[in-house]
Amino acid sequence: MKVRYFAWMKRTVGVPDEEVALPAEVKTVGDLVAWLRDRSAGHAEALAEGSAFGAAIDRRTVPFDTPLAGATEVAFFPPFTGG
Amino acid sequence: MVVRVQEADFDIGAEIAALTDANKRIGGLAVFVGLVREMHVREGLHRDRIDALTLEHYPGMTEQALEAIEAEAKARWPLEATLIVHRVGRLEAGARIVLVAVGSPHREAAFEACEFLVDWLKTKAPFWKLEETPAGEKWVGAHHADDAAAARWEKKER
Repeated sequence: MKVRYFAWMKRTVGVPDEEVALPAEVKTVGDLVAWLRDRSAGHAEALAEGSAFGAAIDRRTVPFDTPLAGATEVAFFPPFTGG
Repeated sequence: MVVRVQEADFDIGAEIAALTDANKRIGGLAVFVGLVREMHVREGLHRDRIDALTLEHYPGMTEQALEAIEAEAKARWPLEATLIVHRVGRLEAGARIVLVAVGSPHREAAFEACEFLVDWLKTKAPFWKLEETPAGEKWVGAHHADDAAAARWEKKER
């Protein structure tokens, strides 16, 4: 599965995207966030609890309790500031 | 019903003409143009001038999100034509960022739907602004006022 980061989260994590092989216990977007935090200090900072960010599975915004089953791309991003 | 994300600038007159020439049932066209404004932001004792910003987006998701917003507008108002052109990349103060045009048989629907599209695209389409100041780069935070503007349209659904 591919994980992507946008805007300041990309810089804090240090990479725009990465391939991950998930252990069986990582079942939801929320589980993935907790699992990713252990990868590096940058991950821990970008995905810290209380930090305002959203998630998308295969390019659709989803809540954090959404199951990852069938997902090919999960993205994390700060609140949108377009227009 | 057209959605475009591009680095290139757009010609407002040409875009409007293309929209209205193709459909004679349009009686009113509402147009919004968003620009990079010259701004001064205060941080503690420092005042920074914003010279330019860079718009990042999520290719694929952006188009999908804009199309969903457009479909929502079409479901709520009797619209004959809509156009959203959003630029990405580096833009200097004074540059055009976004064009939203809405054509309807009547002006009221055109005005309302245009405002709706702008409010929702600010909060529901994956764009992020990085500001350039003499002191360095800074990611723009979300504005509560934008969230409130977008939320008014949620209430109307009930």
